[in-house]
Amino acid sequence: MKLKLNINNKFYNTNIDGDESLLDILRKIGFKSVKKGCDTGTCGVCSVLIDGKPTLSCQFLAARAKDVKITTVEGLGKQADEIVDLIVSEGADQCGYCGPSLVLTTYAMKKELKNPTVEKINHYLTGNLCRCSGYEGQLRGIKKYMGVK
Amino acid sequence: MMKFKEVNHSIPKVDGRGLLKGASAYTDDLAVDSALIIKLLRSPYAFAKIKTIDTKKALKIEGIECILTYKDVPRIPITRAGQGYPEPSPKDKFILDNYVRYVGDEVAIVAGTTEKVVDDAIKLIEVDYEVLEPVLDFEKAEGNKSVIHPEKEIYSMFPLGLDAKNNIACSYMDTMIVGDVEKTLSECDYVVSERYYTHAQQQTAMEPHTSTAYIDVQERLNIITSTQNPYHTRRIIGEALGKPLRDIRVIKPRIGGGFGAKQQVHNDLFTAIVTLKTGKPSKCFYTRKEVNESTFTRHQMRIDIQLGADKDGNLHAFDMHILSNTGAYGEHSLTTFMVAGSKLLPMYNKAEALRFEGKVVYTNKCSAGAYRGYGAIQANFAVESAMCELAAKLKMDPVELRLKNCIGEGESSPVFSVMGEGGEGIAQVMESCKLDYCIERGRKLIKWNKKYPSKQITPNKIRSVGTAIAMQGSGIPLLDMGAAVLKLNDDGFFNLLVGATDLGTGSDTVLSQIAAEAIGVPVDRIVITSSDTDTTPYDVGAYASSTTFVSGNAARKAGLNMRAKLIEEAARALHVVHKDDVIFEDCTFKIKDSNESITLKELSEGLYYKFGADMKQLIASGSNTSPKSPPPFMAGFVEIELDIETGKIDILDYVAVVDCGTTINPNLAKIQVEGGILQGIGMAMYEDVIYSKDGKMLTNNFMKYKIPTRKDVKKITVEFAESYDPAGPYGAKSVGEIGIDTPLAAIANAIYNAVGVRIRSVPLTPEKILNAIKNK
Ligand code: FES
Ligand code: FES
Repeated sequence: MKLKLNINNKFYNTNIDGDESLLDILRKIGFKSVKKGCDTGTCGVCSVLIDGKPTLSCQFLAARAKDVKITTVEGLGKQADEIVDLIVSEGADQCGYCGPSLVLTTYAMKKELKNPTVEKINHYLTGNLCRCSGYEGQLRGIKKYMGVK
Repeated sequence: MMKFKEVNHSIPKVDGRGLLKGASAYTDDLAVDSALIIKLLRSPYAFAKIKTIDTKKALKIEGIECILTYKDVPRIPITRAGQGYPEPSPKDKFILDNYVRYVGDEVAIVAGTTEKVVDDAIKLIEVDYEVLEPVLDFEKAEGNKSVIHPEKEIYSMFPLGLDAKNNIACSYMDTMIVGDVEKTLSECDYVVSERYYTHAQQQTAMEPHTSTAYIDVQERLNIITSTQNPYHTRRIIGEALGKPLRDIRVIKPRIGGGFGAKQQVHNDLFTAIVTLKTGKPSKCFYTRKEVNESTFTRHQMRIDIQLGADKDGNLHAFDMHILSNTGAYGEHSLTTFMVAGSKLLPMYNKAEALRFEGKVVYTNKCSAGAYRGYGAIQANFAVESAMCELAAKLKMDPVELRLKNCIGEGESSPVFSVMGEGGEGIAQVMESCKLDYCIERGRKLIKWNKKYPSKQITPNKIRSVGTAIAMQGSGIPLLDMGAAVLKLNDDGFFNLLVGATDLGTGSDTVLSQIAAEAIGVPVDRIVITSSDTDTTPYDVGAYASSTTFVSGNAARKAGLNMRAKLIEEAARALHVVHKDDVIFEDCTFKIKDSNESITLKELSEGLYYKFGADMKQLIASGSNTSPKSPPPFMAGFVEIELDIETGKIDILDYVAVVDCGTTINPNLAKIQVEGGILQGIGMAMYEDVIYSKDGKMLTNNFMKYKIPTRKDVKKITVEFAESYDPAGPYGAKSVGEIGIDTPLAAIANAIYNAVGVRIRSVPLTPEKILNAIKNK
């Protein structure tokens, strides 16, 4: 079926099958920042923002995406820089596979969380698995971004 | 402490920003859209023989380009383990075989234009299996009437003790013996003699194993793949397909984590053969289920330990006997097993009677392969638990017992020369060893003297501390070789070409820093490329904690060679007779006692555009192999809170004090240790590979196979000892594995200190803890 998607404030016309996930379609169109790690909604590396909310794109049917605004890390542009710089300056990016989705989710978290604390941050980001870093370094960077001591 | 300009600084990773901002960089990102999709028909049985297989109906589906069964592929026995050559793993694997040896083993390779058609075709392949009795219990594998590898062709390249008719992949007996163990034990005042079990663990790199292949304009096979060792991969694929290596190129792009999982060839074999057969590009991207069920796990082990000491706590006898489970195929079977001995026995070098032996058996389970810690973590659980059991018998503080017996600077152990990885080893003297400092410092940081052994917090909750120490190596002496090439460009910057494989470890950054230090330029003058068998020099790849030490020394040598060449050319350009009169600093060549100078940029322009007959390309290389493999050391201390009602443990703090020599990039070294610790905590507490009664893996996704999340971490404290190893690049040793080793024993020991029960099998689950308390 034909589908028009709003990705990072640009429109893309594409052809999809009814059961295709948004993850597969985004990658097909060329948004390679959106990764596949499990395909069953359990790792978080496929996260995108749908109308500003972090969403697992592997669990979201592309067909349902026709009237929503999709944001990938490519769409954050300069707004990603602060988060990215804080994480890399901790050396907390290792293989990077979990990185783009973490940056996106952190960006959404800042908009959403009132009075952030370490517990709230860890809770918000629990679904973003990382096997490399031990999380501590990422947290050091993210705490700075969130203004948490 | 020595001062450096480029190394020992925490610069950001060279690829960090790009990766976090979502650059197309991983294998699947790079596959062309037209690539055929490859999927596998996999065995539903733990052990079976394919009587007939019929692909006719499946082939009729539109879009299916090729279906291969065991009848269509070369029958050449290989090992998928990417390690030294001749390989110390039995050659017991065919691309496809008429036997399937675990649930998930490959039956047919199916390639088509879309995932859908491939899925449809797989359903239409008709297979008639003769189901055989599987061997699922590794303690019953030896001599079992079910023989997992009855095929005649399998062999080993040198004697490993392969005895396939008895399900033995390899054995190592009667070799690693020093002194008289039985006699010494009988003379000891205290003896601990216990059996420990460690389970399989999944590496779970976030990027599933991926490979894509195509034929280039020179009609050569190109493979882009998530591999830790492109050169071994090229060699193994050449062997499996009977192709000259000249016709194969292997490219390692960015890798989304490996931890050993990608130290074996995996779906490269399938993309290679499909692309060769069809002439078309192809790709294979494993599902998480396939990653778990059908790649590799950690070796499950049973470890029998005997420790003997006198009444003052001096260790005299140290005996280890191991049974290891390699699963269906024998990748890394001998070497992981030997590492269990070679990374533990020397750590307590005061004992005079030593023995290490055992066997590695086949079972009808997912193959075991490389995983960070590689044998050492299994043995560490056993040895470091046993040390605490010994301390309890001696009524001695376990920290004191370790300080009394652990290896120190300037010391050695006979074990180094008797056993290496897969064969004899090479004698080593510890030129840097701050293990005693690490223990002392860790004890302080965790406040051991206040907290040991435990403290009741509430009627239900007890807080306690536990400890374990570890050593690893820095590559495999005189087997691992890495090389680097530096090329000067106009504009005065350098390409650094390395075969070393950054899989998230940060080695591209670390090697750039080392090369920059050696040349004497800022690191932003270096642009690194890794790794491609066509364009970058040889390197064994990323394993055995080798990169910083082995490849790092290669980058250093290449840098020093480049510096010498630059100075020679600058001397010529400045008309200086004696090279020694040229000073190179701040990217400018000056002459002693003169105002004349030429910048690096000007020199490079001259060499490529202006110097007429003196124009030339400056290239320098360095390769490195070393008889030394200086071990990094670590002391781990944990504080836990144990709920005696539920058996649940919380890790309140994990303190690691590490001696890895100079930290080339302190931030990256720290993250390596933190990440290692958390994987170790996962294995200690809940990660477990569980099978059904008929051999089906139940933990084949992240729902059932839980890895640590952010909420599982309370506090990890990492510090580095001031240390300098003269053999390392600028004093560095490696740091990739050392973090993972200690949590198993440290946590088990903390449980003992809390409630006086000893759990001798990981994971240390609440059920086991509760049961043990009940049966106390
Ligand atoms: S791919 Fe893992 S949650 Fe979507
Ligand atoms: S950096 Fe590798 S998974 Fe997070």
